[in-house]
Amino acid sequence: MSYPESLKKLIEKVESTRAARVERKRKDIEFPALKLEEREPILKNFHPDFIENTRRKIKVGPSKGYAISNEMVDLLEARSRVNPDLVNLTEPDYETDVLVIGAGGAGTAAAILAAENGAKVLIATKLRHGDANTMMAEGGIQAADKVGKDSPYYHYLDVLGGGHFLNDPELVYTMVQNAPDALRWLEGLGTSFSKFEDGKMKTMHGGGTCRKRMHYAADITGAEIMKTIRDETRNHLDMITVIEFCPAVELALDSEGRCAGAVLYNLETAEYHFVKAKAVIIATGGSGRLHIQKFMTTNHYGATADGIVMAYRTGVPISFLHTVQYHPTGVVFPEQAEGILITEKFRGAGANVLNIHGEQFVYEREPRDVEAACIIRECSPEGRGNGVPTPTGKYGVWLDSPMIDLLRGEGTVRKEFPGKHILFRRFGIDISTEPMLIHPTLHYQNGGLDINSKCETIVPGLYAAGEVSGGVHGENRLMGNSLLDVIVFGRIAGIHAAEYVRNHGEIGEPNLDHVRRYNEEVEAAGIKVERIAPMLLPDYSNPEVREKQLTKDYFGTLS
Amino acid sequence: MTKPPEKLVDELVPIFFMGKKYEVPASLTIQKALEYAGYQHIRGCGCRGGVCGACGTVYRTPDSYKLQVGLACQTVVQPGMQLVIMHYYPGHRSIFDIDQMSGTGGELAALYPEIFKCIGCNSCSQGCPMDIDVMHYMAQAIRGDLAGVAETSFDCIMCGLCASRCPAEEVQFNVAILARRLNARYGKPRAKHLEDRVKEIENGKFEEPLRDLMSKSIDELKELYKSREGEPQFAEEDWTPQDTRYV
Repeated sequence: MSYPESLKKLIEKVESTRAARVERKRKDIEFPALKLEEREPILKNFHPDFIENTRRKIKVGPSKGYAISNEMVDLLEARSRVNPDLVNLTEPDYETDVLVIGAGGAGTAAAILAAENGAKVLIATKLRHGDANTMMAEGGIQAADKVGKDSPYYHYLDVLGGGHFLNDPELVYTMVQNAPDALRWLEGLGTSFSKFEDGKMKTMHGGGTCRKRMHYAADITGAEIMKTIRDETRNHLDMITVIEFCPAVELALDSEGRCAGAVLYNLETAEYHFVKAKAVIIATGGSGRLHIQKFMTTNHYGATADGIVMAYRTGVPISFLHTVQYHPTGVVFPEQAEGILITEKFRGAGANVLNIHGEQFVYEREPRDVEAACIIRECSPEGRGNGVPTPTGKYGVWLDSPMIDLLRGEGTVRKEFPGKHILFRRFGIDISTEPMLIHPTLHYQNGGLDINSKCETIVPGLYAAGEVSGGVHGENRLMGNSLLDVIVFGRIAGIHAAEYVRNHGEIGEPNLDHVRRYNEEVEAAGIKVERIAPMLLPDYSNPEVREKQLTKDYFGTLS
Repeated sequence: MTKPPEKLVDELVPIFFMGKKYEVPASLTIQKALEYAGYQHIRGCGCRGGVCGACGTVYRTPDSYKLQVGLACQTVVQPGMQLVIMHYYPGHRSIFDIDQMSGTGGELAALYPEIFKCIGCNSCSQGCPMDIDVMHYMAQAIRGDLAGVAETSFDCIMCGLCASRCPAEEVQFNVAILARRLNARYGKPRAKHLEDRVKEIENGKFEEPLRDLMSKSIDELKELYKSREGEPQFAEEDWTPQDTRYV
């Protein structure tokens, strides 16, 4: 299998303009970037966030009246998976100091730091330890550590420019000031960052950066970080216990409103377990698997917004969820790889984005929302109608990866992007000589639970870190700041949760009263649906098969 | 604008998942084919993009006696294939304190002395869905070449298929990550600029400029944002900005 003839013909057009484009790139002559004031009309007309009737106001809960995507509101306007009256909270199945919900980058970093600070930690996770968007993050991690040419000052400005200047200043301050120390921590744990011989970190540009501060481990930076910190937790078996395939479905509070643990659901035995904990850290990540506006997604199988749902029911407000990040470059063909992320690093390394005529139509290092909107405009029949039709009935544009070998030497693509090189080779496509077909894909939950710079929510003893939280990225996150976010805030959450446990001692009787109240509120708002949340896993099973799944009553766990 | 061609409807082919026959579209990956057959995956499904190691798959096709491997999310079905997804494989792992080590091959060998039992049969390499030359890095481990192991094993997704095939009962993927961690920590010097920058931040060097930024209006921030000096794409590592007040 390789590109079909129809596409090979179109690739000839890309090849015909390539030499001149490479020459311009060498001379630093770039396609003109949009001015700040030119960005807005394109976003308004073509970014999916601005399409009418795709959002509605939430009718219940602490952020009632806030308009966000229908798919997310559906989850918030839903009932609990469990009947609170049936859950036995008096005899906990597990007791711990700190319960971490979610075992991606943020949860794992939090667990290590909480344990280092003297807390016994239990990690409960829906799939396996490390099954998370962190594992899939490719391009890099930002930190302003190049003394003499960069600083947290410029990192701060870049973050704000990407986020439309609406970011929470304290959170941005915390992230950029802690970034170098986060990198130093990862380096000390033995993360294989790409380095010069003298130990200096290699760095490059990402969309919206004014200095090269993207640190990387080839094109699998997130996987390298995730594998390393996961491995480190396994050196602390006395302090950190991991329970896999047991997602949390509700939090528990005590009579004073402090967080007191969580109810877990064992995906295999169908039991509900209660974990009594003195503090809880929510690190459940994002929500790409909600397929907002039916977009394909780069996200992990388990990215279903569980933490947002649970914490919202306890009264934690949400913000910045009105914007969703569409990564400009997801695979649109071949179908087997559909939705898979093509790291921004390809564009950072010099690859142009091209339409059906092999022509440039956008500067390839715009912030992600702007870049995505320009690509959608190019593909959309209501826009410019210059998309490349795929054999699967979609449109895409070319990402001209072969330019990278021409600019940086033969073999660069294979060496710097081994993950993607192997992926495409499986489909008979050599991306060091053939371009990739891409389209924006649902990538990141820009907003989430409100936290302060200690990762505290308004519920005492309840912390949140990473993609599940909102504010630091404002309305749009820049490349390389999500891995940074999970490490910086994961560590902070771990430290402060451990400190909270030391200072607050015993918790009171746990209860699920807030779940009862929430169910009543849903009913009082006249929401008459049978939906339950969190959804836990998407269902991609065949609808024709589902029609024959007729079980209504259960015998044992057979459904 | 030309209308894209109609999506082709696939022919159905039989596959045998743990012995049970399903008819599935010929172009689907194993993962999607099972969903087509009615499965909602719990185990054996992770990133769906070939990097997480959740869906290592062992299969045979009718035309060969040979055992083959792949990732369920990356491997397209073949007519008549028999397969199982290996959700999990038990693996022994040694505990270590990276701060107390010095990054030698001897340390690796002390933690995993069984590496010397490797018989060089190459089953591990044949069993790797990432096409990693596992036997080669085991040989590098035996020689104490940690940098070599790190480079050869870099793409390892820790799915465990190598260990499942090993007659010497090695746990190659845990040997590999230890070597990568030791090599990253001790194979090259620590980044001095990182340490220097952390000290500058601890000493409050950027406190005032940052607090000043935080107090500015959106319009003032926009002006500062627009006037940022950009490091050129192909600038050498020693490039420095003209405005050095905040660096």
